[in-house]
Amino acid sequence: MSKPLTAAVLAALLAGCASAPQKPAAPAKPYDYTANPYPSTYQRVASPPVLLQHATVLTGTGARLEDADVLLRDGLVVAVGSGLDAPADAVRVDATGRWVTPGIIDVHSHLGVYPSPGTASHSDGNEATAPVTAQVWAEHSIWPQDPGFHAARAGGVTAMQILPGSANLIGGRGVTLKNVPATTYQGMKFPGAPWGLKMACGENPKRVYGSKGGPSTRMGNIAGFRAAFIEAADYMKKRSAGGKDAEGKRDLKLDSLAGAINGDIRVHNHCYRADEMAIMLDLAKEFGFKIAAFHHGVEAYKIADRLGAEGVCGALWADWWGFKMESFDGIQENILLVDRAKGGCAIVHSDSAEGIQRLNQEAAKVMANARRIGIEVTPEHAIRWLTANPAKSMGIDGMTGTLEPGKQADVVLWNGNPFSSYALADQVYVDGARLYDRHDPSRQAVSDFMLGQGTTPGGVR
Amino acid sequence: MSRRPASRALAALLLALAGTPACAQDLLIRNATVHTATARGTLQSADVLVRNGRIAAVGQGLSAAGVATVDAQGRPLTPTLFAGITDIGVEEVSGESATVDHSVSLGQSGKDMQVRPEFDVTRAYNPDTVLVPVARVEGLGWTTLAATPTGGGSFIGGQGGVVRFDGSLDPVGGRVLFITLGGDGASLTGGSRAAQWMILDQLVDELRGRIPQDSQFALLTPAGRTALARFIGGGGRIAVNIHRGADITRLLRWSKQHGVKVALVGATEAWKVAPQLAAAGVPVFVDPLVNLPGDFDQLGARMDNAALLRAAGVQVGFSQSDSQSHYARKIRQLAGNAVANGMRWDDALAGLTRVPAEAFGVAGDMGSIAVGQRADLVLWSGDPLDVAHVAQQVWLDGRAMPMRSRQTDLRDRYLHGTMPPEAGGLPRAYPDSAR
Repeated sequence: MSKPLTAAVLAALLAGCASAPQKPAAPAKPYDYTANPYPSTYQRVASPPVLLQHATVLTGTGARLEDADVLLRDGLVVAVGSGLDAPADAVRVDATGRWVTPGIIDVHSHLGVYPSPGTASHSDGNEATAPVTAQVWAEHSIWPQDPGFHAARAGGVTAMQILPGSANLIGGRGVTLKNVPATTYQGMKFPGAPWGLKMACGENPKRVYGSKGGPSTRMGNIAGFRAAFIEAADYMKKRSAGGKDAEGKRDLKLDSLAGAINGDIRVHNHCYRADEMAIMLDLAKEFGFKIAAFHHGVEAYKIADRLGAEGVCGALWADWWGFKMESFDGIQENILLVDRAKGGCAIVHSDSAEGIQRLNQEAAKVMANARRIGIEVTPEHAIRWLTANPAKSMGIDGMTGTLEPGKQADVVLWNGNPFSSYALADQVYVDGARLYDRHDPSRQAVSDFMLGQGTTPGGVR
Repeated sequence: MSRRPASRALAALLLALAGTPACAQDLLIRNATVHTATARGTLQSADVLVRNGRIAAVGQGLSAAGVATVDAQGRPLTPTLFAGITDIGVEEVSGESATVDHSVSLGQSGKDMQVRPEFDVTRAYNPDTVLVPVARVEGLGWTTLAATPTGGGSFIGGQGGVVRFDGSLDPVGGRVLFITLGGDGASLTGGSRAAQWMILDQLVDELRGRIPQDSQFALLTPAGRTALARFIGGGGRIAVNIHRGADITRLLRWSKQHGVKVALVGATEAWKVAPQLAAAGVPVFVDPLVNLPGDFDQLGARMDNAALLRAAGVQVGFSQSDSQSHYARKIRQLAGNAVANGMRWDDALAGLTRVPAEAFGVAGDMGSIAVGQRADLVLWSGDPLDVAHVAQQVWLDGRAMPMRSRQTDLRDRYLHGTMPPEAGGLPRAYPDSAR
């Protein structure tokens, strides 16, 4: 997958040099809509085994274990249970009174593409030059020095999807990152994670393009989506037909749409209103793609049953509302109602450099509001909103998102119950390496940008 | 699923209130953990007696014949919380300009400065906004409305003031003048923050008569001169949005020179000058969740800003940096996170109650649980600074507020399934009783 072009070129050269009678040509390799010329260079930081002992463990599979241990080795979760044995060289952490959860995963972040500080020079999240820009990849905008990555890690975030903004109907590809400090984004790119395709309904595209040639209405939005997918379908037909058409020039825009139709790229759809989500579900059927998650979806609670039935996740805020008409009907039980529907998949997402640091507290708000109407949500269930469910929507649930043997050792040790204003991550492990420690400054990464800024209390008069 | 125990308890409580013949503004709350937000601190198993909407007694073993009594069962009782500096009631839907009244822009945007300190945003306040019940059911009882600087106006946004969430139209206490200094205001003063001091000097000259009213250099209308004089040398509070440490130091010099009573808002780098702020007696309203350098004025952002300021003796209140109106309820989370990062719990509660009441001149009536105060009270399910808990009942002037809002109405409409149409079920648009 990493070098399809090189391999193809090599094959062609070999074939051309051969003097022997030509063998019948091997069947052409199908065109790869998701070739990856910018591969991950991520390498986990090696670590001795780690044994977290005597913790309250939320596994992310729905279980809660008391006085339990979690053993991490060679970047993986090896065992979860009571009284675990560990190799002699294991680092033992007494987690008595503390809680252990899978690393938090944010399905909706703009870290790096809208970094801190918010300068015009680094405002790289919306290619607002045309309503369909499926050809752009958010990863090519990421500034790895965004201090927000480190703040998010201190909040327990071990992976996140960086998406383009929502100015466009189809804003481009999103990328999933391991939340590790790196000089390049490739050094953070989550190996094997599929891309996302960012789509946006509603007010944003029509506002941005209303005076720039359209769409200027919601009906214009839908027509724009349909035109793009009709074009993609035609492109795929030509590509798969073989012969001269299949050799045609690559089209980066249509590659992304074709990848979405094939299911190799997962559709993440910014969409607030219930009625618009229903339109998008029909549109997805019309063109044969699947929506992985509706993002923001402040009215998801109005169609929670349908989202559950169709297996579409709701990536939602705990209670944002009112900043525009399409968010006016937000309620604090949105996540709860999406979660409770049969087949429901609720995700707490951030869309915010501040919110990503405290997704646990956002979930706590939902739990408190549930309790107010007599519905008890357990911590072992709620943690799935931050871990297993986003992993599922991003297609990385086979690798991370739960504490099960064989999963990547993305783990948070909390100072107590994470569902509280007072919760703080004490330690954060990515692939088994302790990359954040609240009590150990040597394990607190600092962005290049923050060096020499005179921001420590001792250094300032 | 268990069935609404909280609502049932509440219903019982309200029934108890309704069945009481005495004045509805008389009330006895018994057996609460009373967080007074005064020097008395927290009182365990304490009672609060309300007479005619005011707190008549705070102590143990209180009784009052014929007065509606609520058993708090040891739960926390606090003053209603400050909602922060917001646009509640002057902004309904942020993205719809016809519903937004917090700024005045009479000049050509960006070029034509119009200094209108006489602009008073409280005259736009709509007590019937849906934002008030949304905030109130979360234990918030009052806010300070801000006048926001904008292009075509000036870095002096105008006046705001305190409004209560009890349906009243008019503000209480004095007006507050809102000014933005530093990078956020530089675009309103020709591109440089230095021009903010230049223009402030010019305004002082105008107030002192050094620039005649009919001079081509005069910036103020007659009403503007009267208004501004109440704040520069006149004792009114100026709330200054400001972040950079160096700018704050300059502001302290300026306010001392001109006898101006300031409060800082935002103040991301205030920790750098905490001792000076304490010495000057300047209250500071911070957002403890701002720990990233959002811009070059905030490079010193840190989670323990509130704790450092308080440790130096500064009066610290809370106000949100973003989405502060619709999301006013988030202010409890700010306080809780300040505690998680080193602030004392009592100080954090004071930042939501007594400190803003003192800073905005309403502490004689509001902001603490003490005899003589208006009976603005909240009973909580647990620790009010922890998002894991919620407000169970709010009283304003001793009157139990309905714990409903447009959001709880929407919730209840969609909480349960509907009968399918083939079985004669009506759509959710019909009243619950008809379905």
